Amino acid sequence: MQGFIEGLVASFTKTFITDNRWLQLLNGLGVTIMITIVAAAIGLVLGFLIAMVRSTYEMRLSGRKCRNAGDVILKILNLICNIYITVIRGTPVVIQLMIMYFIIFASSRNGIIAAFLSFGLNSGAYVAEIFRSGIMSIDRGQFEASRSIGFNYSQTMIFIILPQAFKNILPALGNEFIVLVKETSVAGYVALQDLTYVGNLIRSRTYEAFFPLITVALIYLIIVLLLTFLQKKLERRLRNSDH
Amino acid sequence: MTTDNNALISVKNLCKSFDGVEVLKGVNAEIDKGDVMVVIGASGSGKSTFLRCLNLLEEPTSGTILFEGVDITDKNVNINTHRQKMGMVFQQFNLFPHMTVLRNLTLGPTKLLGMSREEAEKKAMELLDRVGLAERADAYPNQLSGGQKQRIAIVRALAMNPDVMLFDEPTSALDPEMVGEVLEVMKKLAKAGMTMVVVTHEMGFAREVGTDIVFVDDGVIVEQGSPDEFFNNPKSPRLRDFLSKVL
Repeated sequence: MQGFIEGLVASFTKTFITDNRWLQLLNGLGVTIMITIVAAAIGLVLGFLIAMVRSTYEMRLSGRKCRNAGDVILKILNLICNIYITVIRGTPVVIQLMIMYFIIFASSRNGIIAAFLSFGLNSGAYVAEIFRSGIMSIDRGQFEASRSIGFNYSQTMIFIILPQAFKNILPALGNEFIVLVKETSVAGYVALQDLTYVGNLIRSRTYEAFFPLITVALIYLIIVLLLTFLQKKLERRLRNSDH
Repeated sequence: MTTDNNALISVKNLCKSFDGVEVLKGVNAEIDKGDVMVVIGASGSGKSTFLRCLNLLEEPTSGTILFEGVDITDKNVNINTHRQKMGMVFQQFNLFPHMTVLRNLTLGPTKLLGMSREEAEKKAMELLDRVGLAERADAYPNQLSGGQKQRIAIVRALAMNPDVMLFDEPTSALDPEMVGEVLEVMKKLAKAGMTMVVVTHEMGFAREVGTDIVFVDDGVIVEQGSPDEFFNNPKSPRLRDFLSKVL
């Protein structure tokens, strides 16, 4: 029994104390959080823009002929967005990350920028679909009522459609960011020392698997629980703002 | 049909097809200031499409619509400014559920007419008072009954100071006991001189309030006249057949 406890203490010490390994883990956590936040920001902006293109196309042009230059541009934009979403959703994120790092950033080999961009572009495709389904889920009568008052298309979106859509998509959006946090764990493929990478590094240096891997798992779990808590809180607040 | 240059709305040869199916096959109509035009017809006859074409919620396939002398089917016309003058009331109310009743009424006037918030709210409260719903100003739409919702929808349209009000089967989605309160508001509105185009199945309302009754069947206006001759002396067999079913 005493031998077991001594072994545990030794293992713990090797994993966290020796060479200030806890600091490495903390740095790894910092990298994970940074990639997640920047990628989420890119994904939100990109996803929103794509959703606007796609839903505008669906509401105005779907199944109709182009009548002016604006229609043609919208049609081309919609096509580009469709290709983008198809490619991103159809390939693994780790491959996208490696293409970004080893091919597109081949000369600079800037891992962190490559990670920002590829996780951002990846998330953008999913966020776009979430936004679009949220916009399309709003009853067409809302759109018509707003237009009949005299609001133009953008005013209708801003005052009427988006506030309602946002509330509907909040759970899905929260899930997307929870998925994103965990997806960044492949960042080690492009030489980034994120949380997962550091955990695995400690495992290989110390030949101790238990503490490093369980610790990393627990940290992800805590982040996800925190995000879930924030998501629920926001949802409640929005629900309280109407009945 | 005579051409009347003083008409508020003048519809000429209006056609509308959906995916190759002709729903309106050349409709001509004149709506003068102060008219209450009541449009009746079987479902699928094109009467709602006709109404929705008047403010271009449906884009006509061909034909012209002159509103206050301007051809609003012209691609270069900014339809939004003209829609401000055409209030519309829908079968399904379409109140904005994420806003209070008061905000539903003030959104248009503050954002589009440049009214201050205080001014818009004062006017909104007056309008709410007119339909007996002033005390519901801070409620959200889904706290209201169907009849209350539709009365709010009517005053929301009125808040924009429209020159004409379009009603698309305003009582069809209501429980029977709530139809009366909505029709009452519409009657008052008509008496106050508002120009109205009403698509409805309420024959009593048509007879009592309408100045011009229009029977639409199969995408054309089959018969049109004053309530008296329309109901008491229908000429076309199709109208006679329709009236025998609904009266």
